[in-house]
Amino acid sequence: MSEHITTKVLIIGGGPGGYVAGIRAGQLGLDTVLVEAARLGGTCLNIGCIPSKAMIHVAGEFEAMAHAAKTPLNGISLAAAPQIDFAKTVAWKDGVVRRLNTGVAALLKRAKVRVVEGWAQFSDAKTCTVKTKDDEVTITAEHVILANGSQPIELPFLKFGGKVISSTEALSLPVLPKRLAVVGAGYIGLELGIAFRKLGCEVTVVEALDRILPLYDAQLVAPVAKWLEKNGVTLHLGAKAKGLGETGLAAELKDGSVVDIAADNILVTVGRKPATEGWGLENMAIDMEGRFVKVDDQCRTSMKNVWAVGDLVGEPMLEHKAAKQGEMVAEIIAGHKRRFDPVTVPAVCFTEPEIVSAGMSPHEAGEDVVTAIFPFMANGRALSMDAGDAGGFVRILARKSDHRVLGIQAVGAHVSELSNEFSLALEMGAVLEDVAGTIHVHPTLGEAFHEAALRALGHAIHI
Amino acid sequence: MGRFVFKLPDVGEGTAEAEIVAWHVKVGDMIHEDQNMVDVMTDKATVEMTSPVTGKVLALHGEPGQMAPVGSPLVELEVEGAGNAKADAAPAVPKPAPAKPAATPKAEAPPKKEAPPPSAPPAPVAARPALRPEGEKPLASPAVRQRAHDRGIELQFVPGTGPAGRITQEDLDSFIASDGRNARSTGGTAYAQREGVEEIKVIGLRRRIAESMQNAKRRIPHFAYVEEIDMTELEDLRLHLNATKRAEQPKLNVLPFLMRALVKTLPQYPQINARFDDEAGVVHRHAAVHIGIATQTANGLIVPVVKHAEARDIWDSALEVSRVAAAARDNKAGKDDLSGSTITITSLGALGGVATTPVINYPEVAIIGPNAIIERPVVRAGQIVVRKMMNLSSSFDHRVVDGYDAAAFIQKIKALLEHPATLFMD
Ligand SMILES: Cc1cc2nc3c(=O)[nH]c(=O)nc-3n(C[C@H](O)[C@H](O)[C@H](O)COP(=O)(O)OP(=O)(O)OC[C@H]3O[C@@H](n4cnc5c(N)ncnc54)[C@H](O)[C@@H]3O)c2cc1C
Repeated sequence: MSEHITTKVLIIGGGPGGYVAGIRAGQLGLDTVLVEAARLGGTCLNIGCIPSKAMIHVAGEFEAMAHAAKTPLNGISLAAAPQIDFAKTVAWKDGVVRRLNTGVAALLKRAKVRVVEGWAQFSDAKTCTVKTKDDEVTITAEHVILANGSQPIELPFLKFGGKVISSTEALSLPVLPKRLAVVGAGYIGLELGIAFRKLGCEVTVVEALDRILPLYDAQLVAPVAKWLEKNGVTLHLGAKAKGLGETGLAAELKDGSVVDIAADNILVTVGRKPATEGWGLENMAIDMEGRFVKVDDQCRTSMKNVWAVGDLVGEPMLEHKAAKQGEMVAEIIAGHKRRFDPVTVPAVCFTEPEIVSAGMSPHEAGEDVVTAIFPFMANGRALSMDAGDAGGFVRILARKSDHRVLGIQAVGAHVSELSNEFSLALEMGAVLEDVAGTIHVHPTLGEAFHEAALRALGHAIHI
Repeated sequence: MGRFVFKLPDVGEGTAEAEIVAWHVKVGDMIHEDQNMVDVMTDKATVEMTSPVTGKVLALHGEPGQMAPVGSPLVELEVEGAGNAKADAAPAVPKPAPAKPAATPKAEAPPKKEAPPPSAPPAPVAARPALRPEGEKPLASPAVRQRAHDRGIELQFVPGTGPAGRITQEDLDSFIASDGRNARSTGGTAYAQREGVEEIKVIGLRRRIAESMQNAKRRIPHFAYVEEIDMTELEDLRLHLNATKRAEQPKLNVLPFLMRALVKTLPQYPQINARFDDEAGVVHRHAAVHIGIATQTANGLIVPVVKHAEARDIWDSALEVSRVAAAARDNKAGKDDLSGSTITITSLGALGGVATTPVINYPEVAIIGPNAIIERPVVRAGQIVVRKMMNLSSSFDHRVVDGYDAAAFIQKIKALLEHPATLFMD
């Protein structure tokens, strides 16, 4: 027997864009239904941000112990090399994910959002059918929020399957590969590549461009490149993956030679694409912008009362952008006046060391700026965490004429935690004097931000 | 050095108090003899109080809108010589001087609520551009952006006083308070919702108008009557008279003719040319026709009076109307010019409008209000002809004037105006 639901708000996708929209809509008293085919939390929670960070954490601990087993680390030594039961690691990671899944489900329930499990297929812009486990549900809504998210891009000559894996599989491998080839040196490839390296894998990275992490400038990326080199990650820049080789990945190197990179797994991380296929988008009469669903600054699509958020609507494909948009759309539907106009969507890269970028890069900021860098080498907290020598720093860019802070970047251990301070400063419209005038706690990494501002003003204290 | 106390003099016959309308000096000012210190308002006239001495203002007593009894000290001055008060005497009235002496010359100038001054920028920052460079996003915190968005304000047009031109909450406040007037003129529009309420004390003439209107409406059960009058012939006559008048004769508008019609008709309706002392329960029917002429002045509505209209011909009526109206407008009308009317004419005709419901000038019992003369088609003997038509609105005190009599009265006036020759026949 098929059920028919009529609701005020229908949300497709239980990722950060969709579930945040759902919770907020529920809080605002809107009758809301959310459809999710896989698991609540979406990419981020199940196969993205959270599991990858869990892996990165474990990898870091393992690396430190392995190091201590070889040569005492700051006085710590281990009698024997650490052992890793990768299946247990994966199980622990799954536990973290499960806890968050249940948390999201509980939050949605508390907000009185009805969750329908199954794949939504649209017949027109306001109607979809969902095949659930034992039923078929037709849902008609006044407002539809599309939060279908994104999927990994597949290379035609390296289709996923067998030893060729995407980030999803990489986070749930049954056994730790001995040799891993990574195609694509973007943030996902390097985050995972570095984690696997720390876990003891031999890692080779193949990147078509001449540099790693093309979204960040060379200065920021340098400490990461240094780490890769120091830790024996083989990096082939300007090289093309060709397909499967005899023992692993066939790649054409910069000099034109074709090599076979021995690998147990080939991780392809050449980008993600919006999930626009297989659910009837073509029946909804919605305009596209390239591969993405076209939206305005309120996340309205070209169809009245159909909204789209998150990875589906464009770069940056990041959790916090998706969530903010989801929250906003719910509020607009509830009659509030909102628009998406952040000064910055900060981006963090959980490599070794970590990279943060908020606001303009030096390239975007142009000529009339003052730039100042404060190295973690001169930061007490960094040194006390043994993180002073990784080449990390905080960089601040401000307009010469009025000292308005235009961009803030950092690279170094744990700098992801500074990202929020950076965005706050940018959103509030800080000038250098504001940052300089804010007392920063000692000893913290954040002091480097303070000192960078002082330095831009010409009077750094600790350098 | 001595102290001179200036007391409110007796400003008019029988006046016991006057309202302080505006101060022209403040504590600490050096003022000279004959300098205007304060405007006070008596029954209906505003009077300038000038200083009889030269000296320095020590204290002012009373604020605009307050009533000051005759003989009460208004201004205390420090003067050369002995002055008129003991040097060490305490100020005559213990009240402190008004906090904000209004330096506004106009009686009606309201105490303006001022927009809060933009807060001083905290840190000294390099040159701050007044205008936002082309294409640059305005700088403001998320809370300010959201608030602006809520109100439909484009921050692009809001000047920022914060560091680096940051738009503060205060900037937004003052932008809203100024109705967006401190917007940049270039590029696009900046429609903003308007907020804020300006408080205007109803004082001076406005208060008098307010009180008398309320008094009239509260006490008098008005009834209104509107009739249309064919003014074509009267207009012909009027134009002819204006074309052929002697140089010293005034130009005629409709008013003197209407006055003529009133004085010819009123003897038959003595209950209409009257003042009703409703507390005593006595109607005073007047033989003389003193016609109040409701006059708009810069300060508000004033009703100067043409006395003994019954004894004036059309030219004299016109002259007297313009004299009393000018006196009222120039604030020069004496008490005599402003009191004693037995019936009032109020005309908004120049602005157009098909009918009004005029408010009776208490304690009179009738008021008439001619409306605009409009050329329009009317039917005369089965033919459509163009005539100059005017509506005549009127209100009566229903306690002492019956509807039937009022209508009959207006019909008589109509007959006279439609046959202008009869205005001048006995
Ligand atoms: C390995 C990895 C690491 C990442 N790390 C970070 C990070 O550190 N920080 C960060 O900010 N971002 C990170 N991201 C990106 C982040 O996960 C995404 O930007 C975010 O999840 C986007 O949210 P979303 O709601 O738009 O879509 P998604 O999270 O992709 O959610 C979409 C959901 O919709 C469901 N769905 C789609 N179509 C249908 C349908 N027709 N019917 C029913 N259900 C449907 C899907 O099953 C999915 O659950 C990472 C991504 C990956 C892959």
